[in-house]
Amino acid sequence: MKLQRISALTEKELKKTIREPAVLFMIFIFPIIFVFAFGASFGGVGSSQTVTYNVGVVNMDGANSLNASQILITTLSNTKILNIHVYSNDQTARNDLSQGIVQAVMIIPTDFSQSLASYQAAPNDPSEWTNATVSLYLDQGSLVATQAIPPIIQQALMSVAGHSQQSIQSPFSVQTASLVEVETRSAFDLIAPGMFTFASIFLIMMVAQSFTQDRENGMMKRIRISPTTSTEFITSQVVSYMCIALIQAVLVFGMTYALGFRPDIGLSSYLFAFVLVLIFSLSNVGFGLITATISKSASAATGLSFLFVMPQLFLGTFVGASLSSSAQVAGRFVPSFYVTNALTSLFLRGAAFTSPSILLDLAVVSVSCVAILAVGIVLYSKRYKI
Amino acid sequence: MTESTVKIQGLSKNFEDKTALDNLSLEVAKGELFGLLGPNGAGKTTTINILCGLVKPTSGSAQVCGYDVQKETQKVKELIGVCPQETAIYPYLSGAENLELFGNLHGMNRKVLKERSDMLLTKLGLKADAKRLTSKYSGGMKRRLSLTLALIHNPQVLFLDEPTVAMDPQSRHAVWDFIRDEKNHDKTVILTTHYMEEAEELCDRIGIIDQGKLIALGTPKELIAKGQVKNLEELFIKLTGRTMREES
Repeated sequence: MKLQRISALTEKELKKTIREPAVLFMIFIFPIIFVFAFGASFGGVGSSQTVTYNVGVVNMDGANSLNASQILITTLSNTKILNIHVYSNDQTARNDLSQGIVQAVMIIPTDFSQSLASYQAAPNDPSEWTNATVSLYLDQGSLVATQAIPPIIQQALMSVAGHSQQSIQSPFSVQTASLVEVETRSAFDLIAPGMFTFASIFLIMMVAQSFTQDRENGMMKRIRISPTTSTEFITSQVVSYMCIALIQAVLVFGMTYALGFRPDIGLSSYLFAFVLVLIFSLSNVGFGLITATISKSASAATGLSFLFVMPQLFLGTFVGASLSSSAQVAGRFVPSFYVTNALTSLFLRGAAFTSPSILLDLAVVSVSCVAILAVGIVLYSKRYKI
Repeated sequence: MTESTVKIQGLSKNFEDKTALDNLSLEVAKGELFGLLGPNGAGKTTTINILCGLVKPTSGSAQVCGYDVQKETQKVKELIGVCPQETAIYPYLSGAENLELFGNLHGMNRKVLKERSDMLLTKLGLKADAKRLTSKYSGGMKRRLSLTLALIHNPQVLFLDEPTVAMDPQSRHAVWDFIRDEKNHDKTVILTTHYMEEAEELCDRIGIIDQGKLIALGTPKELIAKGQVKNLEELFIKLTGRTMREES
C-alpha cells in the first residue's frame, strides 16, 4: 500500500468537497444553517439563557385560611421557568391559549384549599380527603410546552402539599431545587447531541454520488488503469470521508457552542465524542457504497440514498426522541441511535466516557459501522470493479 | 519483426449475446505505431480494455512487454498509459492538479512530476490554462488534457482509444504531432480510430477489425496496393461491404 497514492486521492476528494458548490453546501453549509436555525429557535443565542413559558392561571379557589391556591401560584412563579398570568375567567385565558399568547392554562378548582385542608387534617387517611382536580390546557402546537410544563406543575403541587404539611411543625421552605436545575437546559441543549450525528448522515448521499459520478464520467476506469490497488483506493475514500466528518463535527460543535450549548465535560470527553463521530462516519461510507451499487446514475444515487439517510435521521438523531415507542425500538437497529445515545449520556447525563453504558454504545457503533462498511465494499466490488 | 511489445494470441471475448472479439491474434513491435481500425462496435475498445487488464477475455491470452495482462496486471499497469475514448478528467481540479494526481498514482517523484507536467502542458498548448479548473476548459482542451494524463508517467506503451474524436482540426493536428513525437521517443503506440486519414497519416502498420475479427493487417501502402484501391476507406468498403462510420 503506497501512502503517496492514498494521500493524493484523499487530497483530491477534499478539494472536491470544497470546490463543488452542491457538495460544499450539503456537507458543511447545510448542517451549520440547520444547527443555527434550531439553536435560534429552541435555545439561547450566545449564552445558556433560561427558557420560560407563559402560563395562564384561573383561580377559582374559594380560599380558606390556608389560601393554598396563592401558595401554588407563588411556588410556580418562583420557579422562574414559568411566567404566570392570572386571568379572571377561563374563557379569556383559553382564548389567549388558542392564540399562542400563553403555552398553558391552569384552572385551580373551587375546592382546592378545602382539599388541602382535608389532606392536612388526615394525611394518612385518603378516605377523609376531598379530592380536587387541577385542569391543565396545553398548547398542542408546541411540542416542548406539552412535554415540559406538566411535570413542573406536578412538582409544584407536590411542593405545596409538602410545604403545608411541614408548616404545622416548622416554618416552611419551598424546595424547588429540581425545578431550578431543569430551567438551565433549553430545548436546544436536549437536541444538540443529535446534531453531531445528524450532520454526518448526509455523507451517505455524498459517497453514493461521488462513486456513481466517477463511474459515469470514466474516472473510475481511469483510476483502475493506474497502478492504484483497490485497498489504496478504498482507504483513501474512508480517510477522506473521516476527515470530512471530523470537520463537520468541529463546525457543528462550534455552532452549538456559539448558540449556548456548553456541556460541563472535560477535554477527554470531547475527544471521545469526536472519535465516536469518526467511527460513525464508516457506516455512512458503507451505506453510500451500497447506494452506489444499486444506483445506475448519480441522480438515482441522490434519491436512493434517502433509503438509508431517513432511517438514520429519524430513528437515531434528535428527531428520535419525539417518535412513538415502536419507532424508538426500531431506532435500536440503526447505528446513529447508539451514537446519539452515547453523546447524550456524555453531554447531558454527565456520564464518564468509561461508563458501562457509553462503552456498550461504543462497542455497538464500532462493530455495526465496520460491518456496514465491509458489506458496502464487498457489494460494490462485486458489481463494479474498484 | 523485431521484439514484440504487445502480443495477442487467439483472443476472444463474448458478452451475453454478442461476440466482441473472435480469435484475434497480432503482435506489435517496440517503437511501432499501430492502428487498430474498425467501425463502432468492431471490438477495438474491448481489445484495449483486455490489454489494460480491465476486462477478462473469454479465451486466449495477451502480453504487454512480456507480462501476462491477466496474471501480472499490476506490472502491466505500471508500463502502460491509456487515453480512454471518453474525456475522463476531474472537473473540480485544474489541469495541473489532474496531472499531479495521476503522477502521484504512478508513484512519481515530485520534481520529475513537475517537470514532466510542465513539458506536457506546454506541448499540448495548455500551459497558460494549467491553473484553471478544467470545468472551464473547452471540449478540445479537455480532450488534450485527457491525453496528457495517459502520458504523465512516461509509459513504455500507449493505448490511445479514439484520441481525436470530436476534436477541432487544430487540436487534432496538435495531437498528431504529439503522437509522432512519442513514437520518435521509442514508445509503442496502439491507436484505435475510425478516421481513415488519421490512420494513413500516423500509423506504421494497420489492423482492420470487423465484428471482432481481424480482416486485414499490414502497412497502409501494402494494404492499399494489395486491395487495389485508392485509400483505406475504399479498402474497408471492399472488405466489408460497409463504410467505416456505419454501425456494425
